Amino acid sequence: MRGALHWLFPHPLLTILLAVVWSLLQSAFTPGMFVFGVILGIVIPKITSPWWPDAPRSFRITRMIPYVLLVLWDIIVANIQVAWIVLTRPNDKLRPTWVVIPLELRRPEAITILAGTITLTPGTISADLSNEGHSLLVHTLDTDDPEGVRDEIKRRYERRLKEIFL
Amino acid sequence: MTAGIIATWAIAISLLIGSFFCLVGAIGLLRFRDSMVRLHAPTKVGTMGVGGLLLAAMIHSYTFEQGSLHELLIMGFLFVTAPISANFIAKVHLHHRTCKMPDPPPHDETWATLDVPEADLEIEAQSDA
Repeated sequence: MRGALHWLFPHPLLTILLAVVWSLLQSAFTPGMFVFGVILGIVIPKITSPWWPDAPRSFRITRMIPYVLLVLWDIIVANIQVAWIVLTRPNDKLRPTWVVIPLELRRPEAITILAGTITLTPGTISADLSNEGHSLLVHTLDTDDPEGVRDEIKRRYERRLKEIFL
Repeated sequence: MTAGIIATWAIAISLLIGSFFCLVGAIGLLRFRDSMVRLHAPTKVGTMGVGGLLLAAMIHSYTFEQGSLHELLIMGFLFVTAPISANFIAKVHLHHRTCKMPDPPPHDETWATLDVPEADLEIEAQSDA
């Protein structure tokens, strides 16, 4: 039974995501289109599974929701801060720097989400990983305290992601 | 004050907020000098700019027409793809060495973009020259 389920749904989360996205793409919700979405959600992961190394292990979805809300709030604040810097700060007063963040996260999905979060929030862009994946290179728009930025990212985002992706 | 009037005001305000942030993104792209700094303005301000416009579209469709949730999908796709394109542009700058180069990482040998396999060292030397 377990084997058959695994054969039919190699990536359960991807199946759900594809069905939901397909239903949202329709202009009106109909049961027929939802069923077609579920069929797509079964067929697409099945066809593409040779290119997936292995199914990502699960994460705690209940802890994901407060994290998403926190990031959305930070994006709004970040937008206002960056807009203020763009409009008022002259070019020679900017202090852009590289910040290196030592990573405690080891799972690729967690590192991807951390990098995406960093790019979307206050004046920081994640630029590169080190070749063995132990540190993340981040470019900051304007700071006089690179250590502070590093500690803020580790405390605010990485600590929460560690609890989501065990 | 009917629901229609409140909705019209909400639409107007979201449109103004959205277009203001789009404008700021464009100004930032034009006026900064350093290539890495210029990357900051459009990637961040763009999300909020497009977000404001999409919010206006959603309020409009729910008050005056059939509701639609397509805007949420656009927002989702934008949030997933914006960091990836920013990451790619940053990697190109690192690769061409057109920005101030970072120090090597503390734990590993080098940054992934600068890590050239031995077989490609000759090609890399030619492209630098």
